Amino acid sequence: MINGLSIGSVYALMAVGYSLIYSLLSFTNFAHAVAVTAGAYVSCYLFMYTQPNLLLGLVASLLGGALVSVLIEILVYRNMLMKRNSKKLYLMIAGWGISTVAENLIIIFISSISQFYPSELTSMGSIQLLGSSIGKVDVIILVLSILSMAALQSYISFSRDGLAIRGASHNLQYASLMGVNTDTLLIKVFAIAGVLAGIAGLFMGIKYTAYPTLGSVMTNKAFISAVLGGLGSLPGAIAGAFLLGVIEVFVAGYISSALRDMISFGILILVLIVRPSGLMGKSSEDKA
Amino acid sequence: MTIINAYWTGIITQTGIMLIAIIGVSLLTGFTGIFSMGHAGFMCVGAYVSALLVKSCGLPIWVGILCGMAASMLFGLLIGLPTLRLRGDYFLIASIGIGEAIRLIVENTYDLTGGSTGMMDIGRFTSLPVVLLLDVLVIIFAVRFLKSKFGRNCVAIREDETAAIAMGIDVYRTKVLVFIISCALVALSGALLGHYLNYVNPKIFNARKSSELIMTVIMGGSGSLTGSILAGLVLTPLPEFLRTESAQEWRMAIYGILIVLIIMFRPNGLMGNKELTIAGIKRFFQRIRLLPASRKSAKGKE
Repeated sequence: MINGLSIGSVYALMAVGYSLIYSLLSFTNFAHAVAVTAGAYVSCYLFMYTQPNLLLGLVASLLGGALVSVLIEILVYRNMLMKRNSKKLYLMIAGWGISTVAENLIIIFISSISQFYPSELTSMGSIQLLGSSIGKVDVIILVLSILSMAALQSYISFSRDGLAIRGASHNLQYASLMGVNTDTLLIKVFAIAGVLAGIAGLFMGIKYTAYPTLGSVMTNKAFISAVLGGLGSLPGAIAGAFLLGVIEVFVAGYISSALRDMISFGILILVLIVRPSGLMGKSSEDKA
Repeated sequence: MTIINAYWTGIITQTGIMLIAIIGVSLLTGFTGIFSMGHAGFMCVGAYVSALLVKSCGLPIWVGILCGMAASMLFGLLIGLPTLRLRGDYFLIASIGIGEAIRLIVENTYDLTGGSTGMMDIGRFTSLPVVLLLDVLVIIFAVRFLKSKFGRNCVAIREDETAAIAMGIDVYRTKVLVFIISCALVALSGALLGHYLNYVNPKIFNARKSSELIMTVIMGGSGSLTGSILAGLVLTPLPEFLRTESAQEWRMAIYGILIVLIIMFRPNGLMGNKELTIAGIKRFFQRIRLLPASRKSAKGKE
């Protein structure tokens, strides 16, 4: 259960990034995976040279993820968003192209083999709680993920930028008419999504290992979570992610681990057919 | 004929086999605008159904291949009916799931399919003349299809779905139809590949294969059959000539960069909507007149 919740919390970190960008630009950012992988590799390499320190890794992954995410926005998406006629599907294909490039460059320049994190982080032992043993890693991941999501929620609810983001999620054009600089706003949003993705990458790296397709494997799950909760809705994304994480752990534990991924995609298709707006989505007008 | 030795025959045959799959994806992605990232899964269905029927039931190989195509079409119908109602980006994610699910099923039904080790001795059938003949047939079919009412409906859907609906085109039905056709073509390609290698393995049909197919079509030109064919002819044998270390990864990385650049600056692909045939300028101009006409009619419906 705790294992499911901790996986779910990492899915949530990524799903929130998807939903945030979707709510502003209504397209699915396939390059999100790159930021996750970057987060995993940055801290992995950092730990090779320094003492394994979770806090240090967190900062490094967060910066790495944000940097990658913002670079992609400036270099690729910005140009495409300028052109009024470019379809949303083209943005997605571009994002997918970017993640293909990144995966293969990692294989070429680093290795296709999994990079292991130092054992101080991966096996911290377990604690006994209510008669069952729970990995310390899972608890730390769960707590830190919830903290970062709480930070994001308060940022969006209370800061001036948060107001702009909330406004822009209703209508980007109107927000820019109201004096919001949408260019810098988009950079900020991509940076936030990148920060969360970087943290998620670090956690995934600790929990599994860092490997080239880590990002795309995990962000597929995050996308399913975001759809499950309703794309564009942040609380929905978080709820969907926790739900998916728990379901996956139970399926893997009680039925078969080979079925896990199939069940996840099955859930996606089922949700899209039955209730395309997801658990907490706003409208299903143009989704199906 | 010492120039065409076994090595070259092999390369040409494999290119010919891939060309069938590329045409299948071109009809779906290039002309109808549906991006499916799971088409290697349907290749897999074709290859495995044919392999199983030939090996365990002793059917002639060509019957096996036809059954593989039929199975893939049926499978495509079952999957297409619910998922093709979805909007583009949702369908894309769903199709990744479908492709991976097919591969996982094959890998986990060890008794039937041999799991991840694959199946040996499934019978050789594919030879260069057969592949070339089938290529010609498939190309003729694709050209005829695109000139038909359904083909023109597909282009209309790609250009503007709402306008297509307004003109009375049954968008959903057309999408399902073209999806099934492309499933049949990639299944044919998959089955031919299986009976060429005399061996099938789920790893041959992984997500990278799907990516390669769709990338080739985008690079060739999303509205151009000849563009896709040319891209297929150039890109499929390319790794044979670039046998350096990690050539496969470099190739995919460069493809990715090209895709991003093409989508950014020339979203219709290198050939755009233009067709190019060696049959001469006459047909070339005919085709040019044909395609903008159908595009114009699609635009006029807005």
